Amino acid sequence: MIMDDNRDSAAKRTFSATARLLSALKLDGPLLVALGLLSLYALIVQYSASGQSVDTVLRTLMRIGLGTLAMIALAHSSPNFLRSLAPWLYFAGIVLLLVVDAIGYVGKGAQRWLDLGLIRFQPSEIMKLAVPMFAASFMHERPLPPTWRNLLVLAVIIVAPAGLVAMQPDLGTALLIFATGALVVLMAGLQWQIIAGLAVAAGGLGVIGWNFLHDYQRQRIRIFLDPQSDPLGSGYHIIQSQIAIGSGGLFGKGWMNGSQAQLEFLPERSTDFIFAVIGEEFGLLGLLVLLLLYLFIVSRSLFLASQASGTFARLLASSLALTFFVYVFINAGMVSGLLPVVGVPLPLISYGGTSVVTLLAGFGILMGLYSHRKLVNS
Amino acid sequence: MRIKDQWNEQRIFSSRNFAALVAMALLSAALIAKLVYLQIVRHTYYVELSQGNRVRQDPIPASRGLILDRRGKVLVDNEPAFQLELIREQTPDLPGTLQRLAALGLLDKDDIETMRRMILSRRIFDSVPLRLRLTDEEIGRFAVHRHEFQGVELRARQTRHYPYGELGVHALGYVAAVSEDDLERIDKPGYAGTTLIGKLGVESAYEAQLHGLNGYRQILVNAQGRSVDRQGAYQPELRAEAPTSGKDLVLSIDLPTQQAAEAALGDHRGAVVAIDPATGDVLALVSHPGFDPSVFGRGLTNSEYAVLTGNEDKPLLNRALRGAYPSGSTIKPVMALAGLTYNLVDPEKREFCGGQFHLPGSSHLYREGKTGKHGNVNLVEAVARSCDVYFYSLAAQIGVDRIATFAAQFGIGSLTGIDISGEKPGLLPTPEWKQKTYKQIWYPGETVNLGVGQGYLLVTPLQLAHMAAMLASHGQAFRPRLVMGVRDAAGTIERNAAISEPGATGISAEHWDLVVKGMMGAATFGTAAAISKDAQYAIAAKTGTAQVFTVAQGAKYNEKTVAERLRDHSWFIAFAPAGAPRIALCVLVENGGFGAAAAMPIAKRVMDAYLLEGQANAKP
Repeated sequence: MIMDDNRDSAAKRTFSATARLLSALKLDGPLLVALGLLSLYALIVQYSASGQSVDTVLRTLMRIGLGTLAMIALAHSSPNFLRSLAPWLYFAGIVLLLVVDAIGYVGKGAQRWLDLGLIRFQPSEIMKLAVPMFAASFMHERPLPPTWRNLLVLAVIIVAPAGLVAMQPDLGTALLIFATGALVVLMAGLQWQIIAGLAVAAGGLGVIGWNFLHDYQRQRIRIFLDPQSDPLGSGYHIIQSQIAIGSGGLFGKGWMNGSQAQLEFLPERSTDFIFAVIGEEFGLLGLLVLLLLYLFIVSRSLFLASQASGTFARLLASSLALTFFVYVFINAGMVSGLLPVVGVPLPLISYGGTSVVTLLAGFGILMGLYSHRKLVNS
Repeated sequence: MRIKDQWNEQRIFSSRNFAALVAMALLSAALIAKLVYLQIVRHTYYVELSQGNRVRQDPIPASRGLILDRRGKVLVDNEPAFQLELIREQTPDLPGTLQRLAALGLLDKDDIETMRRMILSRRIFDSVPLRLRLTDEEIGRFAVHRHEFQGVELRARQTRHYPYGELGVHALGYVAAVSEDDLERIDKPGYAGTTLIGKLGVESAYEAQLHGLNGYRQILVNAQGRSVDRQGAYQPELRAEAPTSGKDLVLSIDLPTQQAAEAALGDHRGAVVAIDPATGDVLALVSHPGFDPSVFGRGLTNSEYAVLTGNEDKPLLNRALRGAYPSGSTIKPVMALAGLTYNLVDPEKREFCGGQFHLPGSSHLYREGKTGKHGNVNLVEAVARSCDVYFYSLAAQIGVDRIATFAAQFGIGSLTGIDISGEKPGLLPTPEWKQKTYKQIWYPGETVNLGVGQGYLLVTPLQLAHMAAMLASHGQAFRPRLVMGVRDAAGTIERNAAISEPGATGISAEHWDLVVKGMMGAATFGTAAAISKDAQYAIAAKTGTAQVFTVAQGAKYNEKTVAERLRDHSWFIAFAPAGAPRIALCVLVENGGFGAAAAMPIAKRVMDAYLLEGQANAKP
């Protein structure tokens, strides 16, 4: 009995030591574990999807490490600091986007990168964090739900950067930036009647906007409606990814055994279409495990958001949490044929880009907002 | 404004959180429903489709068209040979596989990198040839180790066969493995399964006709890419389409004439081009030394290629089309025509040849060639005996501009437009050209040299043959051609019409007769008199000697003291029968010395072969 007690207390000590460390780092244990499991999943799938490239796995590990550092750093930032930072970050981001668009205009091609010599850097990634931060800080000092006038200001705050990114043209990222801002407004209690009205207006605008889309963007929507119309061209992606997912069945064909992925029938298998690789090799069960992990992360994040104190913290945290879900849904929806093909990676699973770093940084902010709650209250 | 209703905010936030959770649940449900539909409900369908991805199109290469001579004798045909082919998507370790093939002696070590790049530039499911024409011993060696080489297969394919060996290689060209450069030009899907592509000569120029249309056969392959009969319960309908063979080419080449030309040229470096003046048909085209075209068809290693390109006799150089030499005296009939046409010569007037010539007011001496002093000669005799002094004087009277305009009508300085590629235009110098190239003015003395085909003037054997044909047909010109028509699988021959060109105009019949008389004189009492001994037809000819280097002023020229490589090139142009010409030709013997010595007997044998063919008393 005494021995049991001892063992019990030893376990308790270890547990409380971990808890103390996490609290000192201002991180959230359950969320961290879920993110860790997701990253592990990512490494396993990427090894297979990249055609067994250790190099790919190592580079992802490096990005995860970089993201973790950003997460720890941002978790230490107080909500007040982030709130004061928000306008600066936002306007700096707008200027960089203008620069990038100008360079792209001169170079007569798609331009997303700013080459700083040493590193290449995508200003649109900053906006994924800057837009919800600025929108939340704007609403922090104003009554909820937003008045018409404030709504107009918010619309400008959101649409300006999204528009600039769409002009690059990078429709996927523009959509995500718009979503992060719009979610702040929705969480701020925008009346349902207005939401419905805006939805109808957006539908009308969509019809007009069709005329402004690039040919390849229109083509994507057409192919989405009828993939078979161009089986070897634009429809190829959707057809091949559906074959991959469907042929995976309940249990999948096994790790590194997906013929679609391994024989390169599936395009962009380690980036935008990695969801299909999971579906083929690990089956429906593999996908459900993935979705459960995602849903747990989003729910836990929403819980943290609800516990955070202050309008800014709550709006920002919930927007970050829900944006993560939007990410997942757009990618999974596109790969499984539920949505048109839009260039959005599967968060934390797809290989490449700076999105791993931005996403982990976002979770750092989220955890920080939660762990700083008592300081604000007192 | 600063007063915030904390309780109300909390209430709004909670309700929105709840709404967000509900929305997430609904969207997730929709997604999962879609996944269940794909992976459970339609699972079997998609499994079939994914296996359908494993139905490969196995290309069946079309058999390459044959190449025939003008009478239907086969010059190039096909024979089966075994080759090694690799499919990238079925090869787990490409660099390792190539290394191990090299270790087995089936690949050359130097070629591994080229081969790897070549494979990577093809589509992932294309079967890329690694080694062509394996010997029986190599086939055996590979067969023993076959299991170690996943993705590498031995396949029986057709390859080129040359019944006459090196015969006409510079006209026929050769085929070799499709290279990276070729891949950028050709239609990749159309060449799936094709190993060999034409590289030079008619093989390259008529690639489109010779290649044909590849067919395909669908085969079911397992995950390792090996052909299987069925896959589980899944048996798709397999389709096939037969290839369409390439068309056969009917060349204008006359096999006996070509053989005679090659035999007559013997070991000399040089070229022979014979043309039918009535059509532009090339009856024989020889450039010697040649090379064995079959080595390219079996795949040349880098080192073997280096030996060929390093050879100082330049066997890969097509001298007939690309060798540019001073024309020497062969240009004189054209000069004579120019003098007559511009009314500068009285054909009957005799000029005195004392063995040397100088321009008024200049002490520079232009010496007579080998034949010494000619005494008093008229135009016909000057052509026949190739009197340099006569033509020095004539050229100075005509002037460089008119010479250039007149000679250009005979195709000098421009491409003849023969139907194979690689032809060089030579050089017809003008004062403008000299100013542009050397930033120097044209000196009168250079016109004098031009009159006897020396100086800057450069011509190819093909150009001189073309010129000889025009002299034979009184200025009428046809574009030289090697291919007369194509023959399809049914044996129907579709003949191409001869292509007429502007030619030389404004020359009176009387003047033509004078110059032809001069050329016939050359073949009877002039520089080439020996050719008419035993001749059974009348010949019109002109000899030529192209200086390789200029003899210093006042120095004595002795052929024997000059190293063989520095000896003059020997030219000979002729047409026969002189009254109704059926063949016009040009013979070049590099470093052959005086034109009549080396080139003339060769020309005789070629004309005999064509004109006396089938006659019992024909002398080979």
